[in-house]
Amino acid sequence: MPKDFLKDAKPNYDVIVIGSGLGGMTTANILAKSGYSVLLLEQHYKLGGMATWFKRPGGKIFDISLHGFPYGMVKSCRRYWSQDIADQIVQLKGVRFDNPMFSLTTTYNRNDFTNLLCNDFGVEEAKIKEFFDFARGMNFYDDQKITTGQLFERFFPGRQDVVRLLMEPIVYANGSTLEDPALTYGIVFSNFMSKGVFTFKGGTDQLVKRMHQEMKDNGVDSRINCSVESVNVERGKVKSVTVNGREINAKAVISNANLSTTIFKMVGAEKFDKDFLDEARDVRLNSTSTQVYMSLKEGEQVEHSTGDLLFSSTSKEFSTDKLLSREITSRTFSFYYPDLRPNPKNRCFIVSSTNANYEDWSTLSKEDYEESKRELVENTLDALEEYVPNCREKIDHAEAATPLTFEHYTRHERGSSFGTKFEGLGVSRGLPEQIQGLYHAGSCGIIMSGWLGTINYGVIVANDVDSLLMKQASSVS
Amino acid sequence: MTPGEIRTAVLDILEGIAQDDDLGQLDDSVAFREQLELDSMDFLDIVMELRKRYRVQIPEEDYPKLESMGSTVEYLTPLMADISA
Ligand SMILES: Cc1cc2nc3c(=O)[nH]c(=O)nc-3n(C[C@H](O)[C@H](O)[C@H](O)COP(=O)(O)OP(=O)(O)OC[C@H]3O[C@@H](n4cnc5c(N)ncnc54)[C@H](O)[C@@H]3O)c2cc1C
Repeated sequence: MPKDFLKDAKPNYDVIVIGSGLGGMTTANILAKSGYSVLLLEQHYKLGGMATWFKRPGGKIFDISLHGFPYGMVKSCRRYWSQDIADQIVQLKGVRFDNPMFSLTTTYNRNDFTNLLCNDFGVEEAKIKEFFDFARGMNFYDDQKITTGQLFERFFPGRQDVVRLLMEPIVYANGSTLEDPALTYGIVFSNFMSKGVFTFKGGTDQLVKRMHQEMKDNGVDSRINCSVESVNVERGKVKSVTVNGREINAKAVISNANLSTTIFKMVGAEKFDKDFLDEARDVRLNSTSTQVYMSLKEGEQVEHSTGDLLFSSTSKEFSTDKLLSREITSRTFSFYYPDLRPNPKNRCFIVSSTNANYEDWSTLSKEDYEESKRELVENTLDALEEYVPNCREKIDHAEAATPLTFEHYTRHERGSSFGTKFEGLGVSRGLPEQIQGLYHAGSCGIIMSGWLGTINYGVIVANDVDSLLMKQASSVS
Repeated sequence: MTPGEIRTAVLDILEGIAQDDDLGQLDDSVAFREQLELDSMDFLDIVMELRKRYRVQIPEEDYPKLESMGSTVEYLTPLMADISA
């Protein structure tokens, strides 16, 4: 008989969370800490969602989405997880840009950027201050009509180089483009600029392990290999979920899975208003990624001066379309040194990431797909040669992941790496108005994506759920 | 709770949230944002703590009422009148 991953699960919970991405785990943890009974269901064989890693023989370990996040993670981890987790967060001080317009190294914070823009790019200091203050003041309730492109045009007209410096890392951080609402840029950029780029010392596996322990201590019942088939609704209210063929009841269900999968596949279109469905159908998914994972042979090292995060490009101009194209001219290299990313053989790892279009990969025949992956690896090694001389001799393992890989492991439609475009946030927030007790807490709206964005969104949704459950409890008693 | 007790209760919550700020100097008539390093997550934390500790429910549309200490205490006074300190 196959193993029962739901062994001893109860028939009723206060809360069921579908998916163990950072958003889902955060919601589950907070609600369990508040005293609710919580069941966390994850379809994959490990927790973490896109916050994940994989191993290869010889002590190799690769992080998928640990390239950097803003300082706000320290506060969010301390408050909603534990001091111990927050204490592992450290700054990545070597952020490098190398492209035909400029080459520089920065700590990627407001002070350093002000100096750079002033001294190297010749921008007036008052203008820089005005820009930073404007970006920082942006919030949710702002006019969403102005786009990021227009924002740059207003402050730095005709300055492609300045736009590249200000925009390129954010495109990698959340897939946003010059056509997206400026506030999606302003919020994320300001988050980074407050103190710089940070990482989790010890690697993603350590983070997820500690979060798992913390959830256990707080009483979350978490289950892997449990794929939710449907969320069942009765008279406008959430009733239960069906998972691995079994029905389990809950007063509230929070989906951390893809937003449209949640609406159209798990709940079913017939349960929603027509207007809501129209809005939900119009939600655009965010872009996806390709990555190449490389490990250096035992004993080989990369100089620390190579940097931690390197935005490299051979493209003369900067355009967000180019960053997505399969004619890859731009990539971000993350260098993992053994002091921050401990591993048994003290190896150095390098991960190259590019943003990508799903169609460029999904339409290929099996042979073309394999061939394209090989090409991606070869081209990446060629590009790396510039920064790590003789890299082909030093590297003993290199493999690629494509949008199809991301789709396979996270079940995100079209392998979307950062959830949805801005309009997805309104639809996500609108779910509980459609069906009482149904929530979505997963990357969406650009601002609610990335490690920090999804953790914070998990907090926001936990607050809503707590509020509902408390109201229900007081109306019963 | 009296307005004075409510103020103490809010201050106690703020101490956990704005750990790097000096709350002794807080001016009740000036917005929190102008005196403390508070972001929107911090405001959400205040709401969550009030619910956890005193079971007061603050709907999202009322969040702007938590602008300063003065406005917060004024808003909470009727809601927390029946709670014993
Ligand atoms: C290549 C790449 C690089 C990135 N780099 C960074 C970075 O450097 N910094 C940063 O901050 N962010 C980065 N991100 C983004 C960040 O990883 C994500 O925004 C974040 O981890 C998403 O979390 P989430 O809570 O939305 O859930 P996800 O991680 O999307 O998890 C959703 C979970 O739901 C599960 N699930 C789906 N369907 C079901 C079902 N039916 N039943 C049960 N479980 C289900 C999935 O298996 C998954 O575990 C990167 C993303 C990618 C892809």
